[in-house]
Amino acid sequence: MRSNTYTIVFTSIVTIILGFFLSLAASALKERQDLNVENDMKKNILLALGFKQDGETLWTSAEIQVLFESNIEGIVLDTSGQKTQKNPKEIDPVKDIEFLPIYIKKENESIGGYAIPIAGKGLWSTLYGYFAIEPDGRTVKGITFYKHGETPGLGGEVDKAWFQKNFIGKRFVDEEDQLIGIQISKSKVLSDDKEAYHKVDGISGATITGKGLEYFLKDDLAKYEPFFKQVRKEQI
Amino acid sequence: MAFLNKKSKLAFTDPLSTNNPITLQVLGICSALAVTVKMDTAVVMTLAVIAVLSISNTVIALMRNYIPGKVRIIVQLSVIASLVILTDQVLKAYMYDISKQLSVFVGLIITNCIVMGRAEAFAMQNTPGKSFLDGLGNGLGYGGILIAVSFFRELFGSGTLYGFQIIPDSAYDAGYENMGLMVLSPGAFIILGLIVWVHRISADIEDE
Repeated sequence: MRSNTYTIVFTSIVTIILGFFLSLAASALKERQDLNVENDMKKNILLALGFKQDGETLWTSAEIQVLFESNIEGIVLDTSGQKTQKNPKEIDPVKDIEFLPIYIKKENESIGGYAIPIAGKGLWSTLYGYFAIEPDGRTVKGITFYKHGETPGLGGEVDKAWFQKNFIGKRFVDEEDQLIGIQISKSKVLSDDKEAYHKVDGISGATITGKGLEYFLKDDLAKYEPFFKQVRKEQI
Repeated sequence: MAFLNKKSKLAFTDPLSTNNPITLQVLGICSALAVTVKMDTAVVMTLAVIAVLSISNTVIALMRNYIPGKVRIIVQLSVIASLVILTDQVLKAYMYDISKQLSVFVGLIITNCIVMGRAEAFAMQNTPGKSFLDGLGNGLGYGGILIAVSFFRELFGSGTLYGFQIIPDSAYDAGYENMGLMVLSPGAFIILGLIVWVHRISADIEDE
């Protein structure tokens, strides 16, 4: 049996050595990890705005940087839809709820679309993604999710192409240009449904994920509504 | 080489089949169910466990004569936990997409009974070289089962293997459908049960 002093000294030394290695690794890898998180965000904005990765080859992080820098402009709106001087990077989505980041796709001199961050509860988890809107301010250009904890194969299908494709071309405003959001059906949308312009096929077995998505999507769109009202007005 | 004598070799080969940590000792089941929906996550998880297990075994074997008996479990645990955090950090930095899919399960290697079990049962009594082989063998034994389970789950659940489509489109057109059960946990239970059964029969292992 060893003395208590030995035990205390031994455990202290082990702790110090392990702690040293861990903090070394954490600080050495921090930059790369932050870059990955940022790239992942940029990648999802690009995908939502209709940029395509050709086939199986995925973008490298350098390609993402270049595509993003040359095509996307990030600005921040206030709650009345006016542009502020802030940079989207400064915005903490949890704390700064009165500031709304928006990413604009530039096509030569005109605007090719808008992407807004969306987030909200599904069944098990909070889903995070981007929702892209055509320059007319009415039509969906695309949707992506970069983080969620829904059941793979059920609610987890939200990050699959077949589900996201359904959103493209749908309208989230009615004939009077009032915000109605996108409705996620329980199953397939019938072709003779008059409301089909704002309905998408649901995921069977994932009704609650769909309902959650429907609600928070509408909530998030409502925050940006002053801005898109403006956009729609300028269209006419 | 000195440590490749018969006994050391046994430390390596034993856990691959006759004393496999999953099918015989039924350890590490939680992660075996969770990360086997797709083969790529199963392979990365396997590599992570092999790395953690072999290094932790070696480190603990190096310290085995100095670790005070009353705090040995907590010392083992801190070594293992540090290695797991390190692995998680490296994955986040270099394999971001995969680490996103593995999510909490890399962190949960800490609680994988195989790692602690080998440290306590083997590394505390054996030389670093032998303990390293034991860790490697157990990691491979665990990973082999993981990859086998994920092979069946991905093939029948998604019609792909390692992300490449295997079931042709013509089969889907003819009415073939992916088995939804396979992507869910019960599918893993059934596959794992079958693998345990087949393995025990083929290795001719009797119930104690």
